[in-house]
Amino acid sequence: MPGRKSDLFFGCLLAGMLLAGLMFIDAGVREHLDMPLLNQRAEIVRVLGLTDLCLFTEARYTRHPSMADLGTPFQDHPVSLEHFPSGAIVPVPPHLKQRTRNERQ
Amino acid sequence: MSAIEKQRHIIDFMLSCLWRRKGKNLSLVVVYTFVIFLLASVMFFAHAIKKEAGLILRDAPEIMVQRLVAGRQTFIPESYIDAIRKIRGVQSVTPRLWGYYYDGQSGANYTLMVNADLKDRPGEILIGKGVTLRRATAEDKIITKKNDSIPFKTYDGSYLMLKVKGILPAASELVTSDLVLVSEADFGKIFSISRDQATDLVLQVRNEKELSTIAAKIAQLYPDTRPILRNEILRTYDAVFDWRAGVIIVILSGAFFAFIILAWDKATGLSAEEKREIGVLKAIGWETSDILLMKFWEGAAVSLSAFLMGILSAYLHIFFTASALFAPVLKGWSVLYPDFRLTPFISPYEIAILFFLTVIPYTVATIVPSWRSATIDPDSVMRT
Repeated sequence: MPGRKSDLFFGCLLAGMLLAGLMFIDAGVREHLDMPLLNQRAEIVRVLGLTDLCLFTEARYTRHPSMADLGTPFQDHPVSLEHFPSGAIVPVPPHLKQRTRNERQ
Repeated sequence: MSAIEKQRHIIDFMLSCLWRRKGKNLSLVVVYTFVIFLLASVMFFAHAIKKEAGLILRDAPEIMVQRLVAGRQTFIPESYIDAIRKIRGVQSVTPRLWGYYYDGQSGANYTLMVNADLKDRPGEILIGKGVTLRRATAEDKIITKKNDSIPFKTYDGSYLMLKVKGILPAASELVTSDLVLVSEADFGKIFSISRDQATDLVLQVRNEKELSTIAAKIAQLYPDTRPILRNEILRTYDAVFDWRAGVIIVILSGAFFAFIILAWDKATGLSAEEKREIGVLKAIGWETSDILLMKFWEGAAVSLSAFLMGILSAYLHIFFTASALFAPVLKGWSVLYPDFRLTPFISPYEIAILFFLTVIPYTVATIVPSWRSATIDPDSVMRT
């Protein structure tokens, strides 16, 4: 029976699955192709002794979160509230929270 | 009739039923696809950038030592170096001099760092790609080139002109976009820092297993210092991207709940027309199992097509359009945000979790109410 709806359904499903498979292949190929670039970035980090990604340049505790301390965002004046937008999407680094807990104990 | 042929007839019939209510079903598929697209986009983005951060920072300094005075990080005397170097297991201790500089012309903050290669070349700098755009405006994209000079305001208000002798590779923008590498002499002129001080110390260690022991010894030797391990730097970025993915999910949670209610209502509450349809099917000889099979295929068709379209469009969004929808949230006020393209690291495990959390519940939810209707007497179903 030509043009059955179930043929169309399985055809679409198969096409979708093939595209999903291609997605994994594309990811694998691009990962392989990008590896020299990532190694180059890692080499620059090693040579220059860098510690952080350059994601936010507006405040020093979001530019170098791993080097920051808990007081940095609030040190402008007493009752100073943190006011940079990027502070909302950069959490306190886990090692700072851990240290504070250890100091309390 | 073979089992396969039976399934195909049931699917033919199910697709005709779906097409009869095409407006309702197509809008459901569109919303379902959009929800999966959003979830998968957040998942792809967070996983890829965490993996990339881990790979790039794998060679970051093993231990950094900072000095804290009155709760603030301050310069560390170079006299600390000798005692730290004597700790068993420490291979080398190198002072780092770096700081921040606000450029009034561009309104951006730069990271100024002393580079050993420029030691005998005062007056020269190497800059990141973001810094080359310091004079660019929305209308005019003026690029600072090699051999151009950049004025730096020094601590006493005078200006120091430094010549650009090189641009750091564009490929490294994710770590060097705001970087200005200067000689130690020029760094001293800009910030007036005495020569026997460093911003922090970088340690190389012989055995990676001894990192925490050495860090503890440093903290014991100099209680005013704070050692930071490479592992802690890496965990910081895991936390940053997990948090950010969480923030986006929370913002979108209203839309997700609205969809869950819509899908639940559609999947579990059969309309009078659908109940009558089940009654007619039973009256003409369909078994309860056939009706459940039809409903299973219906749920699977809707949720599988939404799932496949959702993850494919999320992949295109994150890895081909550089996260166009999320970019404004990520950039914030950062003037020098690097223009970087993510490498598509995708995790089959996370895609499987998304599949089990979206496709399976919807498919099951479509079967249960149909089973209830299919087990009632067809005569009474048709009369209601």
